[in-house]
Amino acid sequence: MNFKTLLLATALSGVAAGALLSAPAQAAELTIGFSQIGSESGWRAAETTVSKSEAKKRNINFKIADAQQKQENQIKAIRSFIAQGVDAIFLAPVVATGWDAVLKEAKEAQIPVVLLDRDIDPSGKELYLTAVTSDSVAEGKVAGQWLVKTVGSKPCNVVELQGTVGASVATNRKKGFEDGIAGASNVKIVRSQTGDFTRAKGKEVMESFIKAEGGGKNICAVYAHNDDMMVGAIQAMKEAGLKPGTDVLTVSIDAVPDIFKAMAAGEANATVELTPNMAGPAFDAIIAYKAKGTVPPKWIQTESKLYTQADNPKAIYESKKDLGY
Amino acid sequence: MTRSLNRLMPVFATTAVFLAGFVLCSLAYPNFASLRVVMNLLTDNAFLGIVAVGMTFVIISGGIDLSVGSVIGFTTVFLALAIERWGVPPLAAFAIILIICAAFGAAMGAVIQYFELPPFIVTLAGMFLARGVSFLMSTESIPVDAALYSHLSDYAIRLSGGARLTVPAMIMLAVVGAGMVLLHLTRFGANVYALGGSRTATALMGINVARTTVLIYTLSSVLAGLSGIVFSLYTSSGYSLSAVGVELDAIAAVVIGGTLLSGGYGFVFGSFLGVLIQGLIQTYISFDGTLSSWWAKIATGLLLFAFIAFQQITLYMARRSRLRPAGVAQGVLQP
Repeated sequence: MNFKTLLLATALSGVAAGALLSAPAQAAELTIGFSQIGSESGWRAAETTVSKSEAKKRNINFKIADAQQKQENQIKAIRSFIAQGVDAIFLAPVVATGWDAVLKEAKEAQIPVVLLDRDIDPSGKELYLTAVTSDSVAEGKVAGQWLVKTVGSKPCNVVELQGTVGASVATNRKKGFEDGIAGASNVKIVRSQTGDFTRAKGKEVMESFIKAEGGGKNICAVYAHNDDMMVGAIQAMKEAGLKPGTDVLTVSIDAVPDIFKAMAAGEANATVELTPNMAGPAFDAIIAYKAKGTVPPKWIQTESKLYTQADNPKAIYESKKDLGY
Repeated sequence: MTRSLNRLMPVFATTAVFLAGFVLCSLAYPNFASLRVVMNLLTDNAFLGIVAVGMTFVIISGGIDLSVGSVIGFTTVFLALAIERWGVPPLAAFAIILIICAAFGAAMGAVIQYFELPPFIVTLAGMFLARGVSFLMSTESIPVDAALYSHLSDYAIRLSGGARLTVPAMIMLAVVGAGMVLLHLTRFGANVYALGGSRTATALMGINVARTTVLIYTLSSVLAGLSGIVFSLYTSSGYSLSAVGVELDAIAAVVIGGTLLSGGYGFVFGSFLGVLIQGLIQTYISFDGTLSSWWAKIATGLLLFAFIAFQQITLYMARRSRLRPAGVAQGVLQP
């Protein structure tokens, strides 16, 4: 019998150890639960890190549930946040559909829901308070406008590394860039192909661009839908004997640490930030909503900030490298 | 008397683990000990509970069914397409998908039986097949807007404290009840146990092994289809990536519930508790809010290991105590 008790104790340890060791929640002003998708990309890991530190700044008791890419886990997490009686729920939805039932439950419990980074299907508009997302068309536009301003009246042939075909981010960043250069007839996109958002594919496609454009002599600038592809493209240019950053201008989007490293080395020119700080504006909206009943706009757009070599890329690299990218 | 108590020992252990876990969680978080959390456990794990019942039959018979997660995914995509694109009424779509699943399970059972292939390989093939087909049909998540869906997902018996007994939870409880009756009170159930004890002996006893095998896999696939229906109600959409890895969660629930992986022994109620324990761990982690969600997997792994060790030791002790007085008397059906 003693032996059985011992085994039982072992079995229990998984649940028990955690339950006994965890200190009771500190008395904070607000408790907010965040159903995060997972940590599939560096950007998302950084979003989680930044959310935590933003919560700390505001003295918010912040609970994160990582859904490991599964919608069912996100629904479970939201239900248990409701059961805990949190003050607000943040949701970064893994898919756009299927949230109605659980968001209705949150609404009935009078817990406001804020969407982070991604939107959900239009049927549920009245079920959430606001959505904090970036505007990927604006990101492309900022990149295009920077290029037009930088080249002035000189003719400029641009090659474009697109994101994954069909991904809405890729479509929007392409459209935004085209909008940005629309006024300047001297700036033209001469080649455009997908690099699948990856470093390896970005390098491969850039190599073929260089071959097709007379060893790269005809290329004035490279535009990549994300920094990772640009890092690959920079490598391809260096291998082909070109000087990225001087011979060929570069502009890309995301602002991951590695692009700042390249900028510090003079091998990249500009990047547009997709901020990992989606939670900050969401916290502020919730605090105002709880304190004064201020209803935020349905869409809070994050800033698409441009960084160039003039912005001390080395310091930015140092500040970003530990965020989890 | 002592022997039948001994047989129930693993289920008692599982119950004790669940209750102790619940008490510990409630001590740590005051809001935990509420009807709402209990009802959430039932609703959120309904789809897993339903497949775990089917998996219990399969494992007791000495087999395994790796295809169930994919069948759930396939079902959600099929339902979304049938209802939204092809205009099939939801109830008809439910009937069609259950028939498809039954045929799929029967085919796997027949291949296992007549080609004498290991269930592991056959159902692995079934898993790839079902997942592949659902990707072929759609890679995007398709919303289902049918009126019946919103009625069913809104309908719930309201209990105190915001708790609600939802349709998925009701379906799961009904399946667990029906599974218990089928396994413990019918001839088919007795045949399932016999098959897990020894195939040859079962055949020699005059039981139709082929029929039983085909029926077991048919049952498992039909329950996976039903679970898919519940899953599609739960998310009101169809997505080819849904329920990835659920087959492993179901196997874990069955083993934590005290069923022997080698077959011949187990209870539906134990599997139900196994599902609830996994749900409990997940709920604890989201109440805590600082632990990595991967701790759920680690805790489940530890529990699995503890239960397998526990089973082996009880088996060993039971065998020794049986051998001593009776000498060589080893029952055919005993593992």
